[in-house]
Amino acid sequence: MIERKLLLGDEAIALGAIHAGISGVYAYPGTPSTEITEYIQAHAPEVRSRWCTNEKTAMEAALGMAYAGKRALVCMKHVGMNVAADAFINSAITGVNGGLVVLAADDPSMHSSQNEQDSRFYGKFAMIPILEPSTQQEAYDMMAYAYELSERLKLPILMRVVTRLAHSRAGVVVKEPIKQNALNPETDRTHWVLLPVNARRQYASLVDKQGELLASSEASPYNSCKQQIGSDKSGTTSHENQANIEVTTHKSSSTSPVGVIACGIAHNYVMENITTGMDIPILKISQYPLPETAIKSLATQCESLLIAEDGQPLVEEQVKSLLGTDYPIKGRLTGELPRMGELTPDNVGAALGVNKEQIYATAQNVMPRPPALCQGCGHRDVYDALNKVAAEYEGARIFGDIGCYTLGALPPFRAIDSCVDMGASITMAKGAADAGVYPAIAVIGDSTFTHSGMTGLLDAINDNANITVIISDNLTTAMTGGQDSAGTNKFEAICLGLGLTPEHVRVVVPLPKNMEEITRVIREEIEYKGVSVIIPRRECMQTFQRKLRNKKK
Amino acid sequence: MKKDIILAGVGGQGILTIATIIGDAATAANLNLKQAEVHGMSQRGGDVQSNLRLSTETIYSDLIKQGAADLIISMEPMEALRYIPYINKDSWIVTSSHTFKNISNYPQEESLMEELTNFPHVAILPIEDVAKENSLPKSANVILLGMAAKYIEILSPEQLRESISRVFASKGEKIVEANLRAFDLGLQAVK
Repeated sequence: MIERKLLLGDEAIALGAIHAGISGVYAYPGTPSTEITEYIQAHAPEVRSRWCTNEKTAMEAALGMAYAGKRALVCMKHVGMNVAADAFINSAITGVNGGLVVLAADDPSMHSSQNEQDSRFYGKFAMIPILEPSTQQEAYDMMAYAYELSERLKLPILMRVVTRLAHSRAGVVVKEPIKQNALNPETDRTHWVLLPVNARRQYASLVDKQGELLASSEASPYNSCKQQIGSDKSGTTSHENQANIEVTTHKSSSTSPVGVIACGIAHNYVMENITTGMDIPILKISQYPLPETAIKSLATQCESLLIAEDGQPLVEEQVKSLLGTDYPIKGRLTGELPRMGELTPDNVGAALGVNKEQIYATAQNVMPRPPALCQGCGHRDVYDALNKVAAEYEGARIFGDIGCYTLGALPPFRAIDSCVDMGASITMAKGAADAGVYPAIAVIGDSTFTHSGMTGLLDAINDNANITVIISDNLTTAMTGGQDSAGTNKFEAICLGLGLTPEHVRVVVPLPKNMEEITRVIREEIEYKGVSVIIPRRECMQTFQRKLRNKKK
Repeated sequence: MKKDIILAGVGGQGILTIATIIGDAATAANLNLKQAEVHGMSQRGGDVQSNLRLSTETIYSDLIKQGAADLIISMEPMEALRYIPYINKDSWIVTSSHTFKNISNYPQEESLMEELTNFPHVAILPIEDVAKENSLPKSANVILLGMAAKYIEILSPEQLRESISRVFASKGEKIVEANLRAFDLGLQAVK
């Protein structure tokens, strides 16, 4: 019986991976990728799935599982790729034994992110195949395909999705699961010991494989060419070809004024705008490297090409160099599509010249409603106290970090002066203190501290930097929905282990009634010339209330 | 036949539960469906929306085009107005009249209501009051769904009722009954 499930894109990826026989998923939470691991945790007890400390530890553990011959999945948001990059790039040099899929969830328009970097660059950089599903069904189907491809090519596969696919639900037809691989550790050390002599040989082998990667893209079932036939007034019909087959047009005598290359989810926005009467050949791309033959064939049928891709103009630049400077290419670089921000059916429609129906203007009585820290949240008390004390010091600077407490930048607190990347609060405070800023205060959450703050704190301690670090501990990874935090119950021990003295590791309970004590402790530690850590600790309101609700049941 | 719906509200008001009920009914009816949600940072008291698309034909885009939405279902009147560019003159707006003011520059209520009620097809109800009066404090969102049921068309109110029974089944008979009563209150309010 065919089973159809209503799944988020993230859930479709998770179920696809489970059914493809993965033995482990390794991940650090990050919007929009979090639900993949959560789904596996809830539905596949046979798969190893506990949260990792950061994306690099996740990537390396997944590589270890692939080394041992089993299939592994590693998931992260796009900026997590920066953290995992060292291991990720080198995993293409070692190659893999069991299948390895690296899932990067990009966030064009920065709905919940600091930038909108395009993970496809990482795949190209590492010289490995990239898969980019356009629908939830493809996301599911591609997982089994990706693991087969990974084991055939002996390379990791990068799968890239965007927020609108990750967080959108649709019906998905699922297949029978396959068994996990048996334990079969790699025996050839020369593949895995990346001394220069081995690394050069492995890199040469990766370069050699590029032809095979291209052939796989040219023949991929996920790259297809579609000719919209506009002459049939009764309705739009189309026929599809595999990308490796020459595209046939029904108007062989003439060329189309414009053809479209639509990558991943952009294909949906293009198709949404195709109506009866439009004669537009469309090449859908969901596997990279780019299928060059199909692109050249499309170019000969058209007078110009529109490149629709979500994220940065990666394909647009490559197609330009493939077809030469004389061939007209339109897209994000030429202004037909916006240079930044996510694609929408509206901006793709405009690029295709589809006239928008008359629409209502934006309403008058609408104001932005930014997110805010929850009522009763401990971070609120931390910022109340911090703002009071900081006001007493003219030169005070507060370096923030990534998490719910970043909302301390907004009114009513306006408390932080920076927020750059995971862990940067401590190290930026140190650098600023080195330059003479006083007091230099870092505010970091518990999960972010273990993710990337510990090493920076060691630097500060070794250098006896004059900084005050506040680890605002709510016992969870709150921003992404309350996942377990790697350092819970270990923070004092970690700080002491890194070399802090017990007098300067202070724990307080962030509640309004303790305001006098909290401000006093902050003041004392600012006055101390050296590294001190203050840990305001109180459970996140969201996880607290969830536990209460679960108890009631 | 297609129906493009924008669900709107403030984080925590329960619009995703409405989406779950409609989604379950659509799946049972074998309709095609796409539903884009907002997760992450904005759920902390910010504006949230979901694009819910139902059709007997293939649905391509996960997002609804401007001017193409058939229906806005909103838990909050200003949030309903936020999505006006997505509807057209034939579309319906079904909204709670109960304002949620967690910002200091919330528009003046009278001019907000005047602008809202000037659109051609608006169903508006103080659903929070109705919920309280009927001792259904947690089912305001399902009252709103009941109000919208008449305009969803591609699914019948009966199909939505059946879905409510399935979606809340794990929470026990009492909760199912309360939500069915909430749904019927909303349904009757617009007749």
